Amino acid sequence: MAPPSPRRPGFSRRVQFSLFAGYVFAVVGAIIALLFIVTARVDPAGHAALQNIVADVTSPISTTLRAAVNTVKDLGGGTAAYFDAASKNRAMSLELKLARQKLIAGDANALENRRLKRLLAIVEQQRARPVTARIVSSSATSSRRYATLAAGAVHGVEVGQPVRAADGLVGRIVQRGQFASRVLLIIDSEIIVPVKRVSDGAPALAIGLGDGRIELRTLAAGTNPFKVGDIFVTSGTGGIYAPGIPVAISVKRTRDATFGRPLASPASLDFAIVEPIYIAPLPPVEPVETVK
Amino acid sequence: MPRPPRTRIDRPPSSLRVTGTPIITAVIGSMAPLLPMIVSAPVLPPFGLMMLVAWRLRHRTIWPAWIGLPLGLWDDIFSGQPLGSSMLLWTILMLGLDVIDRRLVWRDFWQDWGLAAVVIAVILLGGLGIANWTGGNTAPIIILPQIIVSIALFPLLARLCAIIDTWRLAR
Repeated sequence: MAPPSPRRPGFSRRVQFSLFAGYVFAVVGAIIALLFIVTARVDPAGHAALQNIVADVTSPISTTLRAAVNTVKDLGGGTAAYFDAASKNRAMSLELKLARQKLIAGDANALENRRLKRLLAIVEQQRARPVTARIVSSSATSSRRYATLAAGAVHGVEVGQPVRAADGLVGRIVQRGQFASRVLLIIDSEIIVPVKRVSDGAPALAIGLGDGRIELRTLAAGTNPFKVGDIFVTSGTGGIYAPGIPVAISVKRTRDATFGRPLASPASLDFAIVEPIYIAPLPPVEPVETVK
Repeated sequence: MPRPPRTRIDRPPSSLRVTGTPIITAVIGSMAPLLPMIVSAPVLPPFGLMMLVAWRLRHRTIWPAWIGLPLGLWDDIFSGQPLGSSMLLWTILMLGLDVIDRRLVWRDFWQDWGLAAVVIAVILLGGLGIANWTGGNTAPIIILPQIIVSIALFPLLARLCAIIDTWRLAR
């Protein structure tokens, strides 16, 4: 005999009614869920506010785990360092000597720079102190590429601020809670960063593809000018990202597209710096003569 | 009337254990994105969904029809998908499986696996569709590895679910 259908529980009115109520509840809930999704499309800011609360609760868990992982990683590196200590020492002393010479040259340049700037009367923006925090986890099951940063409103993080690591641009804050915030990584498919090639300043747009690669789309007409191995940094065009932050290195080139990988590799992200939003300086205003 | 003496033998498991265990496994499965790794592509199988399906295929009446709402909300909280995405998809899944139960009354493990494979693929693609509609722009080919890994891992989770189930109903 086939098992009795769960949809026909017998003659008990009470059981029948509670089953029916369950279905009604499910359908109503599904419609509410659909409305949630619609808010994500039409009002992303409001939707983000809903999600903020959550990041606050979950980031301490990930922070603890992430710290443990890094300890293990450091332990491995530390053991390996013992084996080539002597040769490394020699190499480092040599490097130090060279670095000292460069430092002196750099000091001289800085002095000259300061003098020239004063000459030009350039007023630099008063930069706020950047926030440094650990990146603790990411949305590994979703097709969107978010990471959780263990710093929030109390640390001075603002929505929209760019996030960078030592070796390059990481992404941008999209949601902020009290103690944690969510970073949209530059490999996500929603993010577009204006960049330029380091060697000659050829402009491009860095567009995430969602699978760890970044497409580097040239702004020049005609053939694809980029080569494998080109390094791209932010151009500062349009504000938000300060110029000169390393973004990507191109690894594959086809006739009409260039693909790169992020210089700040997601796998090795640890500490990140939240920078203030860059405001591009306005072009000098020419006095316009009005016709009387 | 004197109460029968309480023994440890042949006592039915507490209702908390019977109803709570599946919920807890699905809840823990949904929290997998908290693992401290930063990945550059979607690679982690949706463990919450897989636990939900594994329990559902094992006991057809284990979940009420609306269970996709609370569990889906919990999953959305951790997954980075827009809120409501898993809530909607999982509820539709529960209603759909009720319909399939009427068509395919007797199923063996291979059919269950096939069913789970279809469910996982459809829900992951549905999630991608919702993520893309709300701002993303990811090609479907990118989640193909995730779908394959999830389908391949499903028997393992079904097995784990069976082990937990033996404990859950043990007298």
